[in-house]
Amino acid sequence: MSNTKAELSINKKRKQKIRNQKIKDFLYLLIDHKMGKIGVGIIVIFLFVALAAPLLRTVSPHQSGNASEILIPPNSQFILGTDDLGRDVWSQVLYGSRVSLLIGFVSALATVVTGTLVGIIAGFYGGILEEVLMRIVDFFMMLPALPLMIVLAAVLGPNIWNIIFVVTLISWPTTARVVRSQVLSLKERPFVEASRCIGAKNSFLMFGEIFPNVVPILFAEAVIMITEAIYAEAVLSFLGLGDPVRMSWGSMLHFAFDSGTMARAPWWVLPPIVSIILLIIGFSFLGTAVSDILKPGYKEKKGL
Amino acid sequence: MKTLQFILKKLTGALITIVAIAIANFAIFRIAPGDPIRMMFKDPRVSTEQLQAMRVKFGLDKSIGGQFIDYVKQLLHGNLGFSFWQKRPVADVIGDRIGQTLILVVTALVIATTLGIILGAISGWRNGSKTDRTILSLSLVLYSIPTFAMGILLLLVFGFILLLFPLGGITTPASGFTGFMYLKDVLWHMVLPAFSIVLWYVGEYILLTRSSMVEVMDQDYIVTARSKGLRESVILRKHALRNALLPVVTLSGVNFAFAIAGVIEAETVFSWPGIGRLTYDAVMKRDYPLLQGIFLLFAVSVVVANFIVDLIYTRIDPRIKTGAAHE
Repeated sequence: MSNTKAELSINKKRKQKIRNQKIKDFLYLLIDHKMGKIGVGIIVIFLFVALAAPLLRTVSPHQSGNASEILIPPNSQFILGTDDLGRDVWSQVLYGSRVSLLIGFVSALATVVTGTLVGIIAGFYGGILEEVLMRIVDFFMMLPALPLMIVLAAVLGPNIWNIIFVVTLISWPTTARVVRSQVLSLKERPFVEASRCIGAKNSFLMFGEIFPNVVPILFAEAVIMITEAIYAEAVLSFLGLGDPVRMSWGSMLHFAFDSGTMARAPWWVLPPIVSIILLIIGFSFLGTAVSDILKPGYKEKKGL
Repeated sequence: MKTLQFILKKLTGALITIVAIAIANFAIFRIAPGDPIRMMFKDPRVSTEQLQAMRVKFGLDKSIGGQFIDYVKQLLHGNLGFSFWQKRPVADVIGDRIGQTLILVVTALVIATTLGIILGAISGWRNGSKTDRTILSLSLVLYSIPTFAMGILLLLVFGFILLLFPLGGITTPASGFTGFMYLKDVLWHMVLPAFSIVLWYVGEYILLTRSSMVEVMDQDYIVTARSKGLRESVILRKHALRNALLPVVTLSGVNFAFAIAGVIEAETVFSWPGIGRLTYDAVMKRDYPLLQGIFLLFAVSVVVANFIVDLIYTRIDPRIKTGAAHE
């Protein structure tokens, strides 16, 4: 009895070791990939900015200035100048990275969890359940994403959690579809059959046997979802549906655009634009690198 | 026979989706906070009795089920509701804007598709070369720039700094242009909004055509064509590109849905008087009936666009005739 227990624990340790090696290999390949390197670099810089925002800022991003501090060009006190209410642009840009990254990560997580659950259940059980779930997926994929997000954000009210909800609602179907097609082929494989034969429950087959095999694809999906969520937040905020309490890059552009002073204050407009573009480029480069690495044969070509 | 079956199946699917969209559209706007009648008559002098009378007039005193039946009845008569902001029927407000949006979308998509297919085909044909890598990273970067951000950049550079193009609108106000001069004026106003849409789509079409091309290049018939000694340009046009364009056609239906996003962003930045700018104004004014009408129009047009793509597919994909294509 104790013998098998020891064997099991050795087995577990070996599995852990293999997993660690896999993660190491993956990180190596990522840094080795040209676009991967650039993407990771950009993302790390923005993560640092988001975490260190309170240290890097000069004044509070919400603090309005007096009449003499309105729309002043960059100087020693306001590194990137001020907006039409005399608020510091530099601090707003710093704190804006928090909104983008928070919405990106949380929406991607929610999307991947929902999409995976639906995809695994639909693919594993099949039959009417699959039919119904996939019809719902198809319906959501048919709806025009931006108008749906605009309508929901307008109806639910401008707030960071509503934006996350709305972005998740339009993104999960893609993940569900990808996961389902994976599950369809995985569930016929011998290791699932073997596990079923020794009496494993359905829940174990789905989440113990099949799920670990979709994780790499989920990682690629998550990167794409982060990119799309950041994009969506920027657009919604630009259209005036951003959270008024947490100023994001999109909201900065909305206020600059709405105030009609864009041409007079390029220092107010350019920093958020450049930040949005850079962060999205960072994630799409990372996404390209990840999908390259996950292609069959890539690892072997690199000698791993 | 197989083709007819395929079309009927797609048509049924499209109709069911449109019904589901109508139901969803009705449901979403019932979550909206606030009393719609109160929003319409903000004047405090309007008495409670008068408000109640308006409620009865618009059928808002009925149960949810009764309201839904009314909504469907109105829809079937082409009545999309009443805009609070413009104080006239939503259908009229939208109808005034459709033409301007179509001109912009069609122009932008034609330019983007042509450019994208050419660049993508070159890139995929020369897979792995320096040209390929340059085009690929360029399209990834373009694809990463949101349309509104591109619009603002173009507006700043070409509108405000270089003064080459107008800052917004569709015509020069009070110019009195007619005929050819009018057309020229509209085109001149269209350059910046159209290009902010084009630059995003080009990226997408390049990526799409390229990956499809790369896949086709590995097929046996390309090897056969090569071994027959055909000229490279003939192989590219007659064998590779023709097959590589199939998935591009499929996606142009989906892309129509994405084009809506581009239109909303570009029209907002350049005050182009179309449905996109109308969406922004409806959001700003919190004009829910107008927003509801716009959403319905967008959603239904996406379904119709996809159906048209399916029809085109029956002509170009031989597998449908033999019944080999299932999905």
